[in-house]
Amino acid sequence: MLRWYILRRLLLLVPTLLLVSFFIFSIVRFLPGDVVAIMISEQGYADDEAELRKTLGLDKPLVIQYATYMKNVFRGDLGKSLWSGKPVTEELSRRLPTTLRLGLMALFWTILMGVPIGVLSALYQDRWSDYLLRSAAIGGLSIPGFWIATLVLVFGSIWFRWVPPMDYVPFSANPIKSLSQLLVPSFILSIALSAGIMRMTRTMMLEVMKEDYIRTARAKGLAGWVVVVRHALKNALIPVLSIMGLQIAFLIGGTVIMESIFVLPGMGKYLIDAISWRDYPAIQGVNLLICTWVISINLIVDLLYGLFDPRIRYR
Amino acid sequence: MESNLQEKIIDPVSMRVEGIITPPKRHHWLLDLFIQLVKTKPLGAFGGLLVLGMVLLAILAPVISPFDPDTMHGEKIVAPPSRTFYLGTDALARDLFSRIAYGARVSMTVGLGAVGLSTILSTIIGILSGYFGGRFDTIMQRFVDAIMSFPWLVIMLTIMAILGPGQVNVILALALAGFAGASRVVRSAVLAIKEMDYVMAARAVGCRNTTILIRHILPNVAAPIIVLATLGLGNAILAEASLSFLGFGVPPPASSWGRMLSGDGLNYMLKGPWLAIFPGLAISAGVFGFNMLGDALRDLLDPKLTGGMRLRR
Amino acid sequence: METTQNMKRPILDVEGLDVKFYLRDGTLNAVRDISFALFPGESLGVVGESGCGKSVTFLSVMRLIPVPPGKIQAATLRFDGTDILKLSEKEMQRIRGNRISMVFQDPMTSLNPVLTIGKQMREVIKLHMKLKDTALEDRCIELLSKVGISEPQMRLRSYPHQLSGGLRQRVMIAIALSCNPTILLADEPTTALDVTIQDQILRLIKSLARDLGAATVLITHNFGAVAGTTDRIMVMYAGKIVETATTPELFKNPLHPYTKGLLKSIPRVDKETQEKLFSIAGAPPDLMRELVKGCAFIARCPIRDDSCYHHLPPFSEKKQGHYVSCWKVF
Repeated sequence: MLRWYILRRLLLLVPTLLLVSFFIFSIVRFLPGDVVAIMISEQGYADDEAELRKTLGLDKPLVIQYATYMKNVFRGDLGKSLWSGKPVTEELSRRLPTTLRLGLMALFWTILMGVPIGVLSALYQDRWSDYLLRSAAIGGLSIPGFWIATLVLVFGSIWFRWVPPMDYVPFSANPIKSLSQLLVPSFILSIALSAGIMRMTRTMMLEVMKEDYIRTARAKGLAGWVVVVRHALKNALIPVLSIMGLQIAFLIGGTVIMESIFVLPGMGKYLIDAISWRDYPAIQGVNLLICTWVISINLIVDLLYGLFDPRIRYR
Repeated sequence: MESNLQEKIIDPVSMRVEGIITPPKRHHWLLDLFIQLVKTKPLGAFGGLLVLGMVLLAILAPVISPFDPDTMHGEKIVAPPSRTFYLGTDALARDLFSRIAYGARVSMTVGLGAVGLSTILSTIIGILSGYFGGRFDTIMQRFVDAIMSFPWLVIMLTIMAILGPGQVNVILALALAGFAGASRVVRSAVLAIKEMDYVMAARAVGCRNTTILIRHILPNVAAPIIVLATLGLGNAILAEASLSFLGFGVPPPASSWGRMLSGDGLNYMLKGPWLAIFPGLAISAGVFGFNMLGDALRDLLDPKLTGGMRLRR
Repeated sequence: METTQNMKRPILDVEGLDVKFYLRDGTLNAVRDISFALFPGESLGVVGESGCGKSVTFLSVMRLIPVPPGKIQAATLRFDGTDILKLSEKEMQRIRGNRISMVFQDPMTSLNPVLTIGKQMREVIKLHMKLKDTALEDRCIELLSKVGISEPQMRLRSYPHQLSGGLRQRVMIAIALSCNPTILLADEPTTALDVTIQDQILRLIKSLARDLGAATVLITHNFGAVAGTTDRIMVMYAGKIVETATTPELFKNPLHPYTKGLLKSIPRVDKETQEKLFSIAGAPPDLMRELVKGCAFIARCPIRDDSCYHHLPPFSEKKQGHYVSCWKVF
């Protein structure tokens, strides 16, 4: 029943997780040119090459390195940041909540905008409103979020004399103000996502509305909107749910850009900074975290899928 | 006198031939596709126009640009659009119009390179995975799953971090981030065709796998691949712009639209808003064009391989 | 139109019903100016090939035809005295499922896969009969039992994919009859089912409708289905009605060449097996092309002549209650 379904998904996760983490881990080891040399020459992390190598554990064989690394990961130790000297875990835990909030708000806008517009577009198929909405959706996918953000900043300052606050107000200090700072970036982030969801919803609604059970529902004398919401929507959203996993991946990528532009101390910005500093333990830590996060989200989506579609549950 | 290309109207009672319908002329399949596109999907045709514009801009950049994109014109820093500098100048007094024109080159080069590489990779993997199945397929799909669930931007950034700056590296990064999703589409197309009767018939007759692959499978995955490539170009341009925006894309002095936006666009937004508007407009128009075109092609070529225009020799 | 058969008022009175579909490739004339009546409590069989317009006719009565591509016109289209075409959508919704209900062909796809059987049953009863809670539950269980479904409580909680085809169709029938309709329309209710189940379902429909006093319309392409269960039969071809008679009369004395051909092509169990199966030559006309002015059956008719080609034969009464549309019969 449902338990087996969950179990099966979990079991499939493990090899994927291992594969990805090993992949991330080994990438750093297989680079062209010598990492250590670059790190020393560019960033001056250490004076002694051998010493740096030892710190990074590069003197041991790959498998042992990986094993050591994973052992530490399970203890919560993701290594030390080369740039700040502090444990990577600490740096990440400080920044993770901001990114999470940004992502969740963006997701909220996306569902709020994408689904209803997709439904409307399907119901008014081929009328001018449909063409307008579809073009807007393609526009939403094509216009870079960072350009919209730039324009918002430019014209915001010119017309409204509005400047995004330079300092980020921590959530603990002032929750409302903190969230309000995330309002604009999360909305811009949701534009591209909404466009994708809207198109998918529209396509699925169009398909579902042609199904026989919709005709049966009408033959029962149910009002138009009841048919749409109670009968059509649930069926149409099932496939939409399945692409949510991909959308989340896109979302995370987007947070990187938004955090850079709006100067928000989240994980995305941390990744960028870490890359500029060649802080490999940090880069590795962020990637691992993102990987885990994404895979968990996919698991949740799969579970929701089972919840929505009874055919999967009772197999 | 009888031609099997023509359709006869027969009177059902007397069984006399009452008339002859001449079907419309068929041209080369590519031209037919084009005609269909303009007639039924005007939006797609508009997208095609934008694409054409961008391609021409890239090719003809040296001809169109009034100036060399790297020439600094003395003190005319952040000058507004004028008759000499159509779109104004940037912080280093370089003509924006010329830089945008050459920027099209950067975008197209990177885009075509990335999509080309991605297409080759995804086609090979998709076909092998779909056609031969088995353990290779299962393992490959786990792999593809892993890549696909990862944010594309993070993958690209990580690759750029490792490889360092440079145009070729950007192409590699884009291709590696994008081929996974594309291979999935190819794989499903292959799976669909594999089950078709004519493929089974070919195998029953004893055709070698290579023959079947080349003669039957390949022509039929051509359609989704074309759609993927078109949409992929749009995504590649966007991705390259995003990377450059963050500072990890094509290095200076190459005029990447993305970096123009993050550099002068952000820094001089109050004094020179045109520096923020035009590069972004260019990116949007290009990506929009490819997306529109790709969408229209997808509708026309119908990946379900039932109905729509099929690419057949 | 009143038959000389009985002077009861028809529960469904149709005159000059014409249904067209305006499609991109042309206009489809699905139903071409037909007239018929349905009397309270009677069982009418509607027989014809695929595409002859039998389903469209009754979908139009329920106004379930999508009206932008479709267009319904009629001189008269009355249900129990009310003009169907003049009703607003909201008023129509009060009739659908309530006074006229329909059972569709494929029970696999006609039930919503993500909603429980119970939910799909309850929504109709709640809507039209305004029952709630226990009364609602009781009604559902009562209906399921009536259609012969065991363990009704458990079934109510099940999803469609957990039931067999026959069970699903029984549920559909239960839903259709839940509000005690005056007319029950059954569009090929057994076509998608196993042969062994078909008979059961047809008998079920017949007995339940009789208990309710509801008129039944059984739409099918299968003469065998209507033979045992209907009072009257209407034969349709290419959007027109070609013959109508009581069931025994039609089988004993078919008048229209099409009807004759159909009956002849039914393979008989009691005859020699060496005989080749008979089938009517040709195919039904393409309803999108300009149709011949006269009788639509002309291309396949063994007894046609010139007048058939030029003039549409009128639908006239040959014997009492037996109507036919053919020049050669008169």
